[in-house]
Amino acid sequence: MSYALIDCNAFYCSCERVYRPWLKDVPVVVLSNNDGCVIARTREAKRLGIPMGAPYFQWRQRLRQWGVAVFSSNYELYGEMSARVMATLEGLFPKVEVYSIDEAFADLAGLPGDLEALGQRARERVWRWTGLPVGVGIGPTKTLAKLANWAAKTWGKCGGVVDLRDPLRRERLLRIAEVGEVWGVGRRLSARLAPLGIRSAWDLAHFEPATLRRHFSVVLEKTARELRGIPCLELEEAAPRQTICTSRMFGRRLHELAPIREALASYASTAAEKLRRQGSLAGALQVAIRTGMHAPGEPRYCGVMPCPLPYPTDDTRVLVDAALRGLEAIYRPGFAYSKAEVLLLDLRRRGEFTGDLFAPRPRPGADRLMATIDRINARQGRGSIRLGRVPAEPAWAMRRELMSQRYTTCWDELLQVS
Amino acid sequence: MQAQIIGRLDPATAPAVYYEAWVPAGFPSPAGDYQEQCLSLDDLVGLRAPHTYLVRVRGDSMIEAGIHDGDILVVDRSLEPRPGCIVIAHVHGELTVKTLRRDAAGGLWLVPANPDYAPLAVEPDSLEVWGVVTCNLHFHARP
Repeated sequence: MSYALIDCNAFYCSCERVYRPWLKDVPVVVLSNNDGCVIARTREAKRLGIPMGAPYFQWRQRLRQWGVAVFSSNYELYGEMSARVMATLEGLFPKVEVYSIDEAFADLAGLPGDLEALGQRARERVWRWTGLPVGVGIGPTKTLAKLANWAAKTWGKCGGVVDLRDPLRRERLLRIAEVGEVWGVGRRLSARLAPLGIRSAWDLAHFEPATLRRHFSVVLEKTARELRGIPCLELEEAAPRQTICTSRMFGRRLHELAPIREALASYASTAAEKLRRQGSLAGALQVAIRTGMHAPGEPRYCGVMPCPLPYPTDDTRVLVDAALRGLEAIYRPGFAYSKAEVLLLDLRRRGEFTGDLFAPRPRPGADRLMATIDRINARQGRGSIRLGRVPAEPAWAMRRELMSQRYTTCWDELLQVS
Repeated sequence: MQAQIIGRLDPATAPAVYYEAWVPAGFPSPAGDYQEQCLSLDDLVGLRAPHTYLVRVRGDSMIEAGIHDGDILVVDRSLEPRPGCIVIAHVHGELTVKTLRRDAAGGLWLVPANPDYAPLAVEPDSLEVWGVVTCNLHFHARP
């Protein structure tokens, strides 16, 4: 058994650099939705002491002085570049689990030849085909592969690939890695582990398993076993997502119901598209709206409402309708709303549910209508066909003032060469 | 004016495909066996490969190679840039499209296809090729 974890370095920033090669050694940061705070930094930006989550309005002056290249998040670009990376990896490894937008696990079992050299090949190919730098961690378990990847990123002289299959090497790394670096442990849990004398990954690996299970969880016990090289987690290939969430900040605060209604209808439509793309039906839907939580002196409000669906569905009309009825129930006048969310839950594969004899029947022809809309939108561009409630150019859209072009998804924004 | 009813549009099959084929009485259409096939420009230029990118041309430095302002180039990042290839290269904070050439002394050049522009000598170490151009999309009329 052995696994590799392949992870893109400073993924969002690196995507921006692909199309601006002259930023190679320039510090780059990417801002969150609405240009709120820093969510991605290159190594050079980290060295300048720019923290994760730095509020843009506080740092703007300094970033300009230091010559930091600042970008709004361009999710169209990042999503497309991620798909390119994953497709490249799938050409090298027979089994790949896409773990997040910039990380994937690969099952190395049964692959012939030198695995470390294979890791190097993966690095080189992704670099060449996409221009994105990646690190590769190899280990007998997924948890060790993840830790190896952290090591590859932390120590540049490893050449971007760290192989932890050798027990001696493993021990050396486990002893110097703080327990917080272990996959799934994090800061809060490591604070609870410290009183037990668990400070390093090695301490956790050799702690008494029964105590871990009793005081913490089976998950942590499994993590400890994985650190000792005993595989407990398998590769999860292309598991369809269990929930789908579309949530966004508005470009400015909204007070009236009408624009919030438009925004929620738009978010529910996007969520329905994602649902159909993975071939699932939603059994339940939940909407939430909230005000800003940080503005001093401003009244805060957060409303959440589960909205019943008449039957499991992927019909945009039914989902939008449910979301808007939920919104009517939670909207309170007099607040400055900053964000709305649509969450699809209880997802299941088509045909996996038994119809309720007394439930209303789905609207006839809905499947064909939705398939046709998706096909037209795929060809003519997103939102070509949409519900009348969703405006073409909404006033509440996100602020993305520093956004780079959508190089890979928009004809008018292709990379230009002279 | 005449109207011809081709047939009822079956609502179950979304894109209606109309095959214009003359069928002389008594002979079945020889095209009938091949109806499944479909030409795809995406496939022809390898557009769906993870290493294929599209870029837009600005300016006329490659006009004599048939590359015009506004054209769309298909760029493959997986190909080895060899002398003779048209490449996208990073030069002085700019991405440029030129032909890569090697002279008799072994020096590398980025060569334009327009007498108004001068070739540019590049150090092999500092040459940054972004991708190799495999195809040029030039419209003569908008469809």
